[in-house]
Formats: sequence, C-alpha cells, structure tokens
Amino acid sequence: MAVLIVDDSRAMRSLLRHILKDAGFAVIEASDGQEALECLQRCREIDLVLVDWNMPGMDGYAFIRAVRAAPAYHEVRLMMVTAEAEIEQVSRALAAGADEYIMKPFTRDAVLEKLKLLGILPH
Amino acid sequence: MDTINSSDFNYIRDLVRRHSAIALEADKAYLVETRLAPLARQAGLASLQELIGLLRIQPTHPLHRQVVEAITTHETSFFRDIHPFDALKNTILPALLTRRHSSLTIWCAACSSGQEPFSIAMLVREHFPALVARQIRIIATDLSGAILARAREGLYSQIEINRGLPAALLTRYFDKQGLHWRIKSEIRRMVEFQQSNLAEPWPLMPPADLVFMRNVLIYFDVDTKKAILSRVRNILKPDGYLFLGSSETTLNLDTAFQPISLGKSTCYQLRQSKTP
Ligand SMILES: C[S@@+](CC[C@H](N)C(=O)[O-])C[C@H]1O[C@@H](n2cnc3c(N)ncnc32)[C@H](O)[C@@H]1O
Ligand SMILES: [Mg+2]
Repeated sequence: MAVLIVDDSRAMRSLLRHILKDAGFAVIEASDGQEALECLQRCREIDLVLVDWNMPGMDGYAFIRAVRAAPAYHEVRLMMVTAEAEIEQVSRALAAGADEYIMKPFTRDAVLEKLKLLGILPH
Repeated sequence: MDTINSSDFNYIRDLVRRHSAIALEADKAYLVETRLAPLARQAGLASLQELIGLLRIQPTHPLHRQVVEAITTHETSFFRDIHPFDALKNTILPALLTRRHSSLTIWCAACSSGQEPFSIAMLVREHFPALVARQIRIIATDLSGAILARAREGLYSQIEINRGLPAALLTRYFDKQGLHWRIKSEIRRMVEFQQSNLAEPWPLMPPADLVFMRNVLIYFDVDTKKAILSRVRNILKPDGYLFLGSSETTLNLDTAFQPISLGKSTCYQLRQSKTP
C-alpha cells in the first residue's frame, strides 16, 4: 500500500516517512499541492495522502478540494496533518472532503491510531 | 538516580497495596525509583530514601496518597481498542433498546481521565439519540481523586485529542479553550463521576446493564481479581454485559462468566442459572 506525504517541510516529511515505512507502507513525497496532484496522476497505487495545510503554491485545503472534485480519486483517503488547531479549520477540512485530521505536534502512536480509525491499519 | 533497597521497596509495595490493591511484583523496583524520585524532588526532599523515611514516621501525611498516585498507570485514550465500542453500536445497545423499557445503566469502572465514559456518551448521542431522551445513566468511577478531578473538567491536551478521537466527533463535541479542548456540556452532563476503590466496599450501585472494567484488573493479584469479579456478578443484570481490557479475561478466575464474541471483541455474560 502506498502513502503520499505532502508537506513543504523536509523535516516533517522525513518524520512521517519514518513512521509510515516502519508500519510497512511504500512512501512517496511531494512538497506542495500541485506536485501532489501530479504524483496522484502518475502513481495509481496511492491509497492515502497525508497533507499539510500551509504550503507555498497550492495549499493542502485547495489540494483536498481538487482531489475530491476528481471522481477518479474518490477512493483515496485524505488526512490533514497540520499545526492549524481551531475547530473551524477542522470542520472546513472535513467539509472539503478530508477523512481525518491530526494536529502537529503529534506522536507516532497518534498517527498509527488515526490510520486504524481510517481502517488502513488493523486494530 | 536513587536506587531503592529491599526494605524500602517492601514498604512502598505494602503502602500501594493497602491503598489501591495494586500488586507490585518484585521486579518493579525500577518503576518505584523512576516514579517516586520526581515526587521526592517536588516535595523538597533530598532523596527517595528521605521520602520513604518521612512516609514511615508520618502515616497520615498526604504524600502517602501521592505515592499511590505516582505509581498508578492512568494510560487511556478515546475509543481505546475500538472493538468494544463497535460491539456497543452494532449489537449491544440495539439489543438492550429492544429488551428494556426503562432507563439503561452503564458503569465505567476505573475510568481514569474520562476518555472512556465520554467515548460511550458520544457514541450514544451519535447513534442512539432516542436513548438519551429515554435516560441513560453512565456512572464512571476511579480510585484517584486527582484523575477524577481531571475527568470532571473534561479538558484535554492536543496530544490526548489526537489519540483515537475521530475528527468529526472533535468538531461536534468539543470547544477549543486556549491550547486545550473541552468536552461540551451535553456530553459532560451524561456522565456521573464518583470516587471508589474497587478493592473496598463499593458505594450503592444500581444494577448495571453494561460494565466496562478495562485495564485495571491486570494490576491486582488473583484473589483480588476474583473478589471483584464476584461483586460484578451481583451488580450486573442477568442479561447484562461485561467488558474487560483486551489482555484481561474471567477465565480461570470466575466460571459464572461466559465469554461471548461480538465482532472482533470479547465480552462476558453471566451463564444462565440451570435451576428447573
Ligand atoms: C490504565 S487506567 C485504565 C483506564 C480505562 N479504563 C482504559 O481502559 O483506558 C487504570 C485506572 O485504574 C485506576 N485504579 C487503580 N487501582 C484502582 C482501584 N483499586 N480501584 C479503582 N480504580 C483503580 C487508576 O487510578 C487508573 O485510572
Ligand atoms: Mg507547512
């Protein structure tokens, strides 16, 4: 199973990559929404995208809206991974089509538990 | 690092057992050291030895309770292990709703900081709104007054909120307060918190339809587990359900309980008495 990590911070991508690789996923990375859309087009094996909100160029919110507007990707699960931590933002992300939301900073266990909630990892 | 000698370790082990029934195995000296050294520092004492010296000569000092507190594990999370909650939603609550015409009573024993009873309350409100109107009592107990005070506050850190709580429920049932998140009063009001030691006489409890007693029996010795389970038997309604933690069981402890598989979880029901 492949996971796409989208974040403009190299350190954050690396942190998430380690967590996901240890959990047995193949990992692909992009540093903004536009690049992430291109990855989705190229790689049909992507089942899950972890996406940052604030990025230069296309941000995570616009990315989620773009993915949800494309019927070809309706089975792709989307999780927002962001320092944005207000109820309104969580609600906006969910309304735009995010399946889950995790706030930075997070622990490894918290990420894995979210993947269980999404049914991507077994409990 | 303070190391503890065996007489001091035995003293702490007896103290903890007296207050909480928690049985510290002989190999838990490191745990006593790592958990009590900070407590000694906080209390302005030079060492763990000094702390234990003070405990010995002042048997009613509040530090006794703080020692128990420091040794106790309060680890919990929203919708912990998820399967019992799936069983509630898919099987148990629908069954109880058709069998019962009066209110339902759920007892959450050893509720720690409240994530477990609040998870049940959110589940009920999400999926069984009729039950909320028809009255459901969720009684949540714990030994620790300090952890119950936190539970009553219903105030959680971001780390706690990130764990196990679906984002959709976060937006519906929590308000942001500074850097923390407070559970809304509509959920908070559904849970009654009470202090109670499982190993001592229990307060008067109404007969329960459902008992959650998860991840607490593991800390007790066999006799204490047996004694507690036999009392659960008396307060569980004949067709009620008991959930233990995923590593706990009634097997070899109490034959009155029968394990039942519900989806991916196991719960326990009382065997029907065979009287003619
Ligand atoms: C590991 S937590 C379990 C919390 C929750 N039930 C869960 O499964 O996530 C254990 C709790 O048991 C409580 N506890 C320990 N000894 C107890 C006793 N003798 N009576 C009641 N509660 C006790 C502790 O205070 C702690 O909050
Ligand atoms: Mg960013």
